[in-house]
Amino acid sequence: MNIVVCVKQVPDTATERKLKSGDKTLDREAADGVINELDEYAVEEALTIKEAQGGEVTVLTMGPEKAADSIRKALAMGADKAVHVSDEALVGSDALSTSYALTQVLKKIGFDLVILGSESTDARTGMLAAMLSERLGVPQVTLANKVEIDGTSIKAQRLTDYGFDRVEATLPAVVSVVEKINEPRYPSFKGIMAAKKKPVEKLAVADAEIDAALVGLTGASTEVVDFADAPPREKGQIVKDEGDGGSKAAEFLASKKFI
Amino acid sequence: MAEILVLVDHVDGEVKKVTFELLTLARAHGEAAAVWIGPGYEGAKDKLAEYGAAKVYVAADEELTSYVVAPKAELLAQLVADKSPAAVLVPATGEGKEIAGRLAVKIDSGVLTDVVGLADDFVGEHSIFGGAIVSHAKVSKGTPIVAVRPNSTAPEASPSTPEEEQVSVSLSDAAKGTHVVEKVVQEKGERPELTEAAIVVSGGRGVGGADNFKLIEDLADSLGAAVGASRAATDAGWYPHSFQVGQTGKTVSPQLYVAVGISGAIQHRAGMQTSKTIVAINKDSEAPIFELVDYGVVGDLFQVAPQLTEEIKKRK
Repeated sequence: MNIVVCVKQVPDTATERKLKSGDKTLDREAADGVINELDEYAVEEALTIKEAQGGEVTVLTMGPEKAADSIRKALAMGADKAVHVSDEALVGSDALSTSYALTQVLKKIGFDLVILGSESTDARTGMLAAMLSERLGVPQVTLANKVEIDGTSIKAQRLTDYGFDRVEATLPAVVSVVEKINEPRYPSFKGIMAAKKKPVEKLAVADAEIDAALVGLTGASTEVVDFADAPPREKGQIVKDEGDGGSKAAEFLASKKFI
Repeated sequence: MAEILVLVDHVDGEVKKVTFELLTLARAHGEAAAVWIGPGYEGAKDKLAEYGAAKVYVAADEELTSYVVAPKAELLAQLVADKSPAAVLVPATGEGKEIAGRLAVKIDSGVLTDVVGLADDFVGEHSIFGGAIVSHAKVSKGTPIVAVRPNSTAPEASPSTPEEEQVSVSLSDAAKGTHVVEKVVQEKGERPELTEAAIVVSGGRGVGGADNFKLIEDLADSLGAAVGASRAATDAGWYPHSFQVGQTGKTVSPQLYVAVGISGAIQHRAGMQTSKTIVAINKDSEAPIFELVDYGVVGDLFQVAPQLTEEIKKRK
């Protein structure tokens, strides 16, 4: 089975994240880059499926040079090879154009299963899997917290606001996972060493037959108008409990008309 | 006035509050046209009228809800083609965002997600990076599709007598890719749902164990609030994962957020930082949560929380 895991390099949430004042795109230099946390669960799920079904796991990422770190992490966890799409023309791509670019690559490299995290911790749009499914014309098995694959049929639990849906589809399909699906493994020392020797194919837009006019800031269908630091919260009142902390908090809630 | 399509969020006919928020928002920018998909419309129509839907497109065909997401996007795409609305509003829930994404591809239009406010010309306000930055963005191509975060608009009633129009779509094979075999509704009891609750009370590592979550539930019930939990609490198995508030859990933006025994790690802050009023109880005066609070109590939650619960009950 040919499993492709899409991973995204995102700014570490523990560091300060910024937008650039010029083109209002993410300032990738400002923060440390890490693999999007939810994508680690996607990698884990891909490896688990491969272990049960056989096949190969390919890591696919789109992003600048630095994104190679995230590829290496996924390879160290056990993925077999990687494809890194990197091109100046891609800078500033929004969700719609990103889904287009990745679709072009997926068509080129082929897949039985595409797995990704349900959203990224930076843009948090939560739309990419649905967009890929739409573009590729294959089933959407998203927000999954349980996935079972048997040959070419896939059964999953899809998280909903009211509980979950049991869903079924046939492969090929696009799957997105939520964090409760599994516990991502830590790369072993052996895995880290082996990752250095695994093949990473680098593609520019032309290599993947991506129309440069449809990606990046030129191709984006949304535009950031302006941005600013959120106004600082006014300093709140903090009291030490002297046996009446609960009553005092109640007084505060009453003053705000919550009770 | 141009029509604005509003996708009604409902579970088998029970309309979610976010729908009234979206109708209110749509009315401020055009004529609100609700789009009903699935069973249960008869029981819900009065509610849509109460919040000012000028029109309701009713698509009751069961097939539309028998497959995951795609049929809904297909119906909306057809409505966009037929009615040329000024914009399409959907709730920024897991499914709402997926519908928005598929629709965007189908009609080749830009989509804004997790919008917390809408200005003229459908310029959306976003609160990004866990609330650290406020940005504005607009759609520069096609019909704006806007996914609006629940609780970001105050719903206002404005009674109307909506015109009804039955609509249908013949689904493509691709839209029937993923079957919904069974819907499992999990008991949520009397409490409001986490993402749409006006008040949320969450417990964290400091709660110390599953049994102690009773304290959090009691406090929540005294306020008519939803219960949430930090990742530390859900990872420890003290409370179900579906109640996790944070970066890898749910984003909430209630009128009041009460954090009990939660230190306020970035993971958690990313999910609750845009709450209007924040109250925290924590024994560690250095806990980062105190940087966010409107009111904080430094103290033992096992003393403070029950006292607060009692006091609230007394005042009711």
